[in-house]
Amino acid sequence: MNASPVYLDAASAAPLHPVARQALLAALDDGWADPQRLYAPARRARQLLDAAREAAAATLGVRPDELSFTPSGTAAAHSAVLGGLAGRRRVGSGLVHSAIEHSAVLHAAERHVAGGGTATSIPVDRVGRIDLDAWSAAVRAPGTALAALIAASHEVGTTQPIAEAGAACATAGVPLYVDAAQVVGHAPVPAGWSVLTASAHKWGGPPGVGLLVVRKGTRWESPWPMDERESGRTPGVVNLPAVVAAAASLRAAAADAAARGARLARLVDRIRARVATEVPDVEVVGDPEDRLPHLVTFSCLYVDGEALLHALDRRGFAVSSGSSCTSSTLRPSHVLAAMGVLSHGNVRVSLHQDTTEADVERFLTELPGIVAALRAEAGVVGL
Amino acid sequence: MTAPEVLDCRGRRCPLPVIALARRLPELPVGTLVRVLADDPAAAVDLPAWCRLRGQEFVGQVDGPDGPGFDVRRRR
Ligand SMILES: Cc1ncc(COP(=O)(O)O)c(C=O)c1O
Repeated sequence: MNASPVYLDAASAAPLHPVARQALLAALDDGWADPQRLYAPARRARQLLDAAREAAAATLGVRPDELSFTPSGTAAAHSAVLGGLAGRRRVGSGLVHSAIEHSAVLHAAERHVAGGGTATSIPVDRVGRIDLDAWSAAVRAPGTALAALIAASHEVGTTQPIAEAGAACATAGVPLYVDAAQVVGHAPVPAGWSVLTASAHKWGGPPGVGLLVVRKGTRWESPWPMDERESGRTPGVVNLPAVVAAAASLRAAAADAAARGARLARLVDRIRARVATEVPDVEVVGDPEDRLPHLVTFSCLYVDGEALLHALDRRGFAVSSGSSCTSSTLRPSHVLAAMGVLSHGNVRVSLHQDTTEADVERFLTELPGIVAALRAEAGVVGL
Repeated sequence: MTAPEVLDCRGRRCPLPVIALARRLPELPVGTLVRVLADDPAAAVDLPAWCRLRGQEFVGQVDGPDGPGFDVRRRR
């Protein structure tokens, strides 16, 4: 029997929002011209781009000229980190970041260090929340140019104390960059940041669109070769139909985020509780309360993460994992490692607007048997 | 103190070192120190986490000529 598929990996890519599909199709007809040119189809494209920028900016509560579109959340994160550091190079070359940033931020930090800069990684506790004292001390240190903090963990869902971290930055006069890829379109972003990035395919927009917001007065300098588009922040032409779809779906996703979030948070509560009681030897990780509404992560003792993903896939469940054997590097997730929680047998479940209670029930009904079968096969029952 | 009991898990991928420890530890008297040799990078995360979940003592990591070693004491 073929099980009907249940997609539970919205944190990698949410299914396309119906509004995104409509807007994308319309903009393919209407928004293919180069918005910088001086003829009618170009003016139409320009209008679409301006309207998309205004809509996205209004949803985020920022000025349109503060917002640039980028080719991905990753590209936006690279620009945020490297541009934030470049703009403040006279102050120093210190970057402060949490230990659990997305790899896009960490790779930009590595580039910065390779170029002679420094980076200070701030530890997190067992639920994945930063040590605010260590954070404050690090941003106060002389030569700190930029601080980067993920709004909520893409791997375990824990939200960070952005307001407090931002207050420490403000006191020290250091701009705060917030990677809000998992929050924008799902929940309000707390104030206190100077630079913010997001990614459209996390809220139901198309893949390949990111947002980079640089607040007025922030010293930010493009780390890329000169290009005038997107206020000089993103080199190259943007994918206008995708940008239009991203902005339209952002507005739609944000409009019902509270109701959707409340519904998904209840389903996540149910997963947290049932997995903990119905699967033996499992560690549910991340903060049970201060967390994303739609994401939950757990690790099953003695179970190979890759085998678990394949077994779930055979039953029609699409989930992701931070286990080392499921990554290309064969390293355990740096997020789980920083939290000091079990990294093997790891499963991340992330819900979206089409996730039903029945989907979650089927997952919860099948999971204990799937884990038990893998354990029996590996001869680890009763250890 | 006698040389610690050694569990050689080099070349074995996680979760195998954790499984080997979970099998061996209960066979030894309470108080015994076991050194797990493991070169899978996940061992440095998973062995301490296992000790925490199982109420055993993670004593620390010792990097010797045999590569990374992880000392665990049976507590219960
Ligand atoms: C927190 C976070 N930041 C950045 C990114 C990168 O976004 P994109 O997939 O659009 O490159 C992601 C997605 O993987 C993410 O979850």
